[in-house]
Amino acid sequence: VSSGEAVRTAERVARESYGRLVAFLAARTRDVAGAEDALSEAFAAALRMWPDDGVPDNPDAWLLTVARRRQTDALRRRQTRSAGEEHLQLMADEIEDAAESPAEIPDRRLALMFACAHPAIERGMRAPLILQTILGLTAIDIAAAFLIPPATMGQRLVRAKMRIRDAGIPFAVPEKEEMPERLEAVLDAIYAAYTKGWNEVGDAAPELAEEAIWLGRLLVSLMPGEPEAKGMLALMLYAEARRPARRDSAGAYVPLDRQDVALWDREQLGLAEQLLRAASSGGPSGRYQLEAAIQSAHTARRITGADTWPAILALYTHLEQLTHSPVVRLNRAVALAETDGAEAALALIDTLAPDRRMTEYQPYWAARGHLLARLGRKDGAYEALTMAIGLSTDNAVRHYLQEQVAKLPDG
Amino acid sequence: MRYMMLIHHDEPALAAADQKQLWQDYAAFNEALNKATGASGGERLEPAASATTVRTTGEKTDVLDGPYADTKEQFAGYFFIDVPTLEEAVAWAKRCPSSRFGSIEIRPLHVPKGDWK
Repeated sequence: VSSGEAVRTAERVARESYGRLVAFLAARTRDVAGAEDALSEAFAAALRMWPDDGVPDNPDAWLLTVARRRQTDALRRRQTRSAGEEHLQLMADEIEDAAESPAEIPDRRLALMFACAHPAIERGMRAPLILQTILGLTAIDIAAAFLIPPATMGQRLVRAKMRIRDAGIPFAVPEKEEMPERLEAVLDAIYAAYTKGWNEVGDAAPELAEEAIWLGRLLVSLMPGEPEAKGMLALMLYAEARRPARRDSAGAYVPLDRQDVALWDREQLGLAEQLLRAASSGGPSGRYQLEAAIQSAHTARRITGADTWPAILALYTHLEQLTHSPVVRLNRAVALAETDGAEAALALIDTLAPDRRMTEYQPYWAARGHLLARLGRKDGAYEALTMAIGLSTDNAVRHYLQEQVAKLPDG
Repeated sequence: MRYMMLIHHDEPALAAADQKQLWQDYAAFNEALNKATGASGGERLEPAASATTVRTTGEKTDVLDGPYADTKEQFAGYFFIDVPTLEEAVAWAKRCPSSRFGSIEIRPLHVPKGDWK
């Protein structure tokens, strides 16, 4: 009987190996779906057998041997049919070659990630594609995490892979001048997977967060000189370290300022600090480094009691100049409330009111409601908090806001 | 895309809920739905026991007491939304308090193709 630890280790190795082989085959053939097909049974067998039998000495060679046997069978079965045979033969030849010298298979996962997050791929499908091709997650698991029906997710993944093949999307790490924009797309995709796992509190969520962090680590190891990759991994780790403190024992929502810092994962925080320092020795510059620096300042504020709000405000100001994002301005307003008072913060939030996107952005109404409550403007607070409740998808958050409404003074 | 959101309630589960809380949640939801999408709050139906079902087979018409299917969750109301993607429709279904007491079926409205010549 395999322990949970053994299962996880075996699964990690299997996913490492699988992703490397899919990337290698796909980069050679431009056929992501074909590469996945060719390896799927071998991968399923590895997930089934390795936890009990132990991880083989050369996992790549093991997977290739099983995949080779499978391909030979498939070719034999299809001997009479011509359709698809060419494609099968191509994949079989590639597997044959790779199996000859598995130790020499180059790691093309970085190139595959750039292909999956290419501008020609619909933005919302980039994270699901990376999760499937690099980690071997099933469409069913991805669908559950992204709250999309499994069949719909499956169709969208198939279409995206056809697009990679047909639109001539390159399997390559971009040139220097293209790099910042293209890297941002990869980082955004991985971070989108993380935030899915962070916001949703359902069963599939923490797992997805874990996978995203793993992808972040992989990216840092494949691009050790890239500060933004480190910045993004640090940002995910800061958030993840606080996960145990986000809900109390009764499942109620606990805001950052009331979290028990003893529950924070110090190891993850230490790693995040290290990454952030390594990324931004000359001061944080990119979007993810700035966001990580903000989380670092929040952490320091809560752990040491130091007033880091002015630093947080400065970082948000910088970030807003960089991104022009209304969400960043909202966060800057929340920081401004701590340095300059609720009135100044509310004036800044008012500048967001004409933005149509804010009307269904729950944090906008929650922030507005809290500031109005602080200023004793009961009617406005009631209205804004009611909107925030109506827009909440998380029951714990809804209850928390209802308590805030109940605390509004009578009259 | 316009969607009809069909609410199905597990009536006993709904009856067991804190009613004051539930209708406060519903008021907040309707307010948000209206302000954010411009949609009205939709309609709520009387419990399934009040239903009458008519079915005509050939020359014969049956008029029966009760809903057309005797299932655990019964059709209880609906609202419409107009959002660009299915993901946003799912988010609104999740926000709807009824999703905690049954299920919400999301159905795109039929748009006549009009491509015949």
